[in-house]
Formats: sequence, structure tokens, C-alpha cells
Amino acid sequence: MFRFLLAVLRRDLTLAARRRGDWLIAQFFFVMVASLFPLGVGPEPAMLSRIGPGVLWVAATLASLLSLTRLFADDHRDGSLEHMLLSPEPTVLLVLGKSLAHWLIYGVPLLMIAPVLGIQFHLPGEAIAVLEFSLLLGTPILSLLGGIGAALTLGLRGGGVLLTLLILPLYIPALIFGAGAVDGVLAGTGPAAHLSLLGAFLCLCLMIAPWIAAAALRVSME
Amino acid sequence: MPDQVLSVHDLACARGERLLFKGMAFSVAAGELLLVQGGNGQGKTSLLRLLTGLARPEAGEIRWGGSPIRKVQDDYHAAMYYLGHANGVKDDLNPVENLRFADGLQGRRFDAGQGVETLKRLGLERCLDLPCRVLSFGQRRRVALAALLLAGATLWILDEPLTGLDVHAVALMETLIREHLLAGGLAVATTHQALKLDGVRVQRLLVGNVAIPELA
Repeated sequence: MFRFLLAVLRRDLTLAARRRGDWLIAQFFFVMVASLFPLGVGPEPAMLSRIGPGVLWVAATLASLLSLTRLFADDHRDGSLEHMLLSPEPTVLLVLGKSLAHWLIYGVPLLMIAPVLGIQFHLPGEAIAVLEFSLLLGTPILSLLGGIGAALTLGLRGGGVLLTLLILPLYIPALIFGAGAVDGVLAGTGPAAHLSLLGAFLCLCLMIAPWIAAAALRVSME
Repeated sequence: MPDQVLSVHDLACARGERLLFKGMAFSVAAGELLLVQGGNGQGKTSLLRLLTGLARPEAGEIRWGGSPIRKVQDDYHAAMYYLGHANGVKDDLNPVENLRFADGLQGRRFDAGQGVETLKRLGLERCLDLPCRVLSFGQRRRVALAALLLAGATLWILDEPLTGLDVHAVALMETLIREHLLAGGLAVATTHQALKLDGVRVQRLLVGNVAIPELA
């Protein structure tokens, strides 16, 4: 079972390593969206640090959506998804492995870029640390919930737009708690409550999302 | 090990509103090949997808060793290998890597020596370290066939296995199917081409109502 999970992970990471262009696009998108705001609203430090947490979180959700359309689509097109579903190993593990790979490929690099963008938004050091932690808890949620949307919209024309409309509402709790935690630091109320709720939401997604996505995948493949 | 028999009872298949076939029944035993024939759009691929368990039948039941395939799904999927229209070959990986990951996804350990041996048997010795992107259609099909051989499945479900293959590969494919059947395997295949299979039991099944000239 564990070996299967590892095989799915290694496969997706190898494929991502062969196609670095796709991987970089999502990161550049994140940087571009976050950088447009200071240009649009002006460079006052107070204003920037006020909107910074929200902007960075919104940019992170959009960047993850950009890459999610391809989570199953490539494997669907060349037929390898059928082979995976016909494997004697459980589909839930397949979905979990692919979501985990998506997080490692697209989520972890966001974590590395986010502090730099935090400085751009004039966030204090403590707020940047909390931003990192909230993204650490939050980006896996984006990958897990995104798996459901990617499975549901598999093989549909214009699936990318539909995926966005389906999944963005599900991202709202993560966005509220994630940006709220950083706001908490700035407002002096502390990030603990928001981070706890974000962690709880991550646990919930870990337990439920792979099952829903696996069921959706089976329906989409019929 | 239960009896290795694939049997189908009163099967009906619909795509959307259109009923493709109903009341279909057959049984394939060890050492037998079921050749599914029929014109384009008559439901051959749909039948094969039902047999794999990817799609659900409108009515009726498919049994493996006497039990419905939904009940023995894990055993069934371990014993069955489906080669569809799409090859399941990753363009960014070379043939050996493709086989390695295909094995991993089936939950098996990959034997590199055996993998290379199989690829050589299929005439891919000069392409071992090339990404599959640069291979021809027929060569990619051969990589998919190598994965089929390595899977070591009892039941082969082959959707147009000869598409894109040259005469040598077709002859090789005939040999492989015959070897598989003589070793006690089962096979269900669709094809529009004639297959020369001596010494094995071949059943024919006509899907749909379009008469086609006798093959093979």
C-alpha cells in the first residue's frame, strides 16, 4: 500500500521534473498577481501591510487553481489514468498520492517565494512567519480540494473554468482562516485561533477529500 | 484460485439514450480467445469497458470465476489487464521508465532486466533511452504491449491491439496471444484485421447488427 503511494509520488515528481515549464508558470503567476497590487493601490506601507495577507492568500489560491486542471487531465488523455483505476490498489491512495505530489510540486515552491513577497508588502517579521505557517497548513488543503474539482471536470470541454467556479467556494474557509491568522498578528489579537481552525480544516480535508475525489474520478471515467 | 472463467449474463449497454445491445451472454474459459467483431460504433469498445469494470452495465452481470466482478474487484483487477485505444504511455519518459512506473502503479516490483528483455523482444532495443515523445505511433504501441506482457495478467482485454503495428509486429502479436492462451490465459480482443491463430480455441461474438465479412 505504502509502496503504491510512493510509486504514484515518484511518477508525478519525475514527470514534473521533465516538464519544468508548467511548473514555473504557476510560480510566476503567483509572483505577478501579488506584484500587481502594490502597483495598483499605491506604495503606502500602511495600506500594503493592511491588504498584504489577503492578497498573498488570494494569489496562492489562484496559482494553485491554474495548475489543478492538469492534475488528472494529462493521464486521462494518454490513457494511463485507466490503468491506474484498474490497478488492484485502492483509488483513494492514487488520489492522495497525486494530491500530495501536486502539493510538493506547486505548493512547496509557493512557500519559498511567499516570504519575499511578504517583504514587498511591508509585513513585519512575525507576520511573515505566521503567513508561512498558514500557507504550510493551507496549501495542502488547496491541493486536496482541488483534486475533487479536477476529478469532477475531467474530460469536459472548458473544464478549467468550471473547475474554478466549483472549487473557489470550497477554498473560502482556508482563505478566511489563513489570511485571518496573519491579520491577527497585525491587529495584535494573535494567530492561534485561526491557525487551529485552519489545521482542523486540513485534517477534515485529508480524511474526506480523497474519497470524494476517487468517487468523482470513477464517475468521470464511465 | 477460483475457476478462471469470465462469464457475461444478460448484459445490456446504453450510451446516453441509445441502447447498444441487450441480452448478451457468453463465457470465456482458460485457453480461449473471444474475438469481438462488429462495425464502427456498434459498441465493441463499450463492451470491453464494461468487461474491465470501468463502466457499469445498464443491466446484467459480469462474473469472474463465478462471482460478480464488483465483489471481487481487487482480485479481478490483479488478474486482468486492459489495453485500450490510448496506450497509457507517457511521452516524457523513456520506454524503460514507462514500464517501471506502470509496474509501480499496479503495485508490483519492477525487474529492470526483464523489462529490457521484453522491450528487446518487441523490437525496441534501439529506443530504450529515448523519450517516447520521439517514437513513432507503432513503437509507442509496442511499449504498451511490453507493459501488457510484463503485467503477467491471466485475462487480457485488448481493444484493437493491432492498430498501428507493422506486419512483423502483427505476426509477433499473434505469437504472443497464442503463447498466452496456450499457457492457460484468457483473452478478449476486438480487431478489424485477420488474426492467424492456429491451435487455440477462438469464439466469435458479433456486436450490433451490421453484418461484416468473415475474418481470419
